[in-house]
Amino acid sequence: MKKANTISKFNQISSFTNAVYHFIFIIVTICCLYPVLLVIGISFTEEDSLKTFGYSVIPKVISFESYAYVLRNSATILNAYKVTIFVTIVGTILSVAGTALYAYAISRKEFRYRKFFTFFKFFTMLFSGGLVPWYLVCTRLLRINDTIWALILPPLISAWNVIIMKTFFATTVPDSIVESARIDGASEFTTFIRIVCPISLPGLATIGLFVTLSYWNDYWTPLMLTSKPNLANIQLYLYNILKNIQMLQDTTNVISQQASGEAIKRLPQEGARMAICVLAIGPIIFAYPFFQKYFIQGLTIGAVKG
Amino acid sequence: MLELRTKKHLMDGSAKTKVKKKKPYSKYFRENLEYILMVAPGFILTFIFSYIPMFGIIVAFKNIDYKKGIFGSPWNGFENFKFLFQFPDVKIIVRNTIGYNLVFIVLGIVVPVTFAIILSQIRNKLASKFYQTVMFLPYFLSWIIVSYIVYAFLAYDLGLVNKVILAPLGIDPVDWYGKPEYWPFIIILLHTWKTAGYSTVVYLAAITGIDHELYEAASIDGATKRQQTFCITIPSISTIIIIMLILAIGKILSADFGLFFNVPLEQGRLLPVTNVIDTFVFRALRINGDIAMSSAAGLLKSVIGFFLVMVTNKIVKRYDESKALY
Repeated sequence: MKKANTISKFNQISSFTNAVYHFIFIIVTICCLYPVLLVIGISFTEEDSLKTFGYSVIPKVISFESYAYVLRNSATILNAYKVTIFVTIVGTILSVAGTALYAYAISRKEFRYRKFFTFFKFFTMLFSGGLVPWYLVCTRLLRINDTIWALILPPLISAWNVIIMKTFFATTVPDSIVESARIDGASEFTTFIRIVCPISLPGLATIGLFVTLSYWNDYWTPLMLTSKPNLANIQLYLYNILKNIQMLQDTTNVISQQASGEAIKRLPQEGARMAICVLAIGPIIFAYPFFQKYFIQGLTIGAVKG
Repeated sequence: MLELRTKKHLMDGSAKTKVKKKKPYSKYFRENLEYILMVAPGFILTFIFSYIPMFGIIVAFKNIDYKKGIFGSPWNGFENFKFLFQFPDVKIIVRNTIGYNLVFIVLGIVVPVTFAIILSQIRNKLASKFYQTVMFLPYFLSWIIVSYIVYAFLAYDLGLVNKVILAPLGIDPVDWYGKPEYWPFIIILLHTWKTAGYSTVVYLAAITGIDHELYEAASIDGATKRQQTFCITIPSISTIIIIMLILAIGKILSADFGLFFNVPLEQGRLLPVTNVIDTFVFRALRINGDIAMSSAAGLLKSVIGFFLVMVTNKIVKRYDESKALY
């Protein structure tokens, strides 16, 4: 290790280049951090000072009124939160289980039909029937629209995750372990749960994060398949607020102009909207450092072509 | 020795054929039953949500009548497609979709690869890790949240740009949501901002996997850092770049729905620069309930995308077998 260090030191970039690189990335860092800090800043700023001084990361007058507003109107928000949490947890568990089982089976050479099942999944990445037939299948054939399953089932098993996971199993699970378990009389399921899963934790964590994130941030599926307000998740709830604002924004719309005075009063104020945003970002950000360790590792292996 | 091997090989072969003859199909099925049970949930869901819709593409050739069902509805030939192409905005929509995607493909390779190379060369590894972590942040935000952030920047009266940047400079506030000319830049900027972090990590992972001895040998031979980058780093990660490229070309008619639909707040005035195939299909289906037009557009999109992946893959295969997608 020491030796490698001395050699690589001699092959380093110049101090000037290094400084330029740091400068570039400090700007990139600001671009990525500032918008999020701004949202948090606005959510803690008093509404009147927002109007006079404009938005800023550091509140001129600190106020918790926005969060108090959210708490007062908690019924809808709480329900949206509940939907999001339920869908994310149940969806992630089912998705990781289904993906891992599928990927493990097609990664085993003993599985006679693995080529068929690999292609079966891979083909969906190349070709799809399009939005309309998919919509008709969900609403007319399965009739899962306006149920909680509409939010969970359609995106459950993604081809991309299956391919990543298959590559992961194929490269990290040694054949000898699986074989010795078989000789000891373990069934494939036992081998999978007791031996393969524990050593594949980084891979499972990676797709777990992908899936958690996509369920948490999903507003498209509920927008497509639900119309009941009690099934709106937190993203769709935010979407609906913004939709009302944009209707009032659209100055070409005469009706909205007349209605705007009254309607604006009912909508959450700037600060409160940002407070809901903070609540929508919050849990995912907390999950971030926890997964990060696995994430890059999992991506590395998934990036190797399988 | 050679003879022995061939003999053994022959024997193996004959043994295999014997086994094949002995085992009926059902026996293979029973032997693989556990694996089949493992793929079953994924298989069923994929069949329902991906394959049935593939057969459902016949909807595009039908005059759908809900009372008669999909199969009972009368055939319509290519009427739906004719109808689609008579729609005046189609040209603009196709131009927007392909134009934005071409820019996204180029930037989606140049920016993250540059970032990844820089990050791999920065001396302070802790700082490099920190930048990497922060760059990933936008990837975690949904487009809805991004549209709130953009609104905070661009709102007419309170927006950061108008109130904090332009007002002190004495410039009149700009009605951002009413000026289509700014939006191509805003959309390209946002797309790069949101996706660069993720792609950078992917490329950086590939760069980390390159054998260090290559660089050491090169530097001993007197190669500069720039030469090392262009002669070692980029060729080494070219496989992953090309795979990402093929997949991106296959999606050239798709779009990040949230970016084009939510971020511009669905403003009608911005449609000439924000309407893409996906938003068009969505509006036709969910707002106008126009099955004919949306299914025809959706089918064309899938078929052309499929065709493009096939052709690109074939071209890549001709030059370098190992870099092709399949």
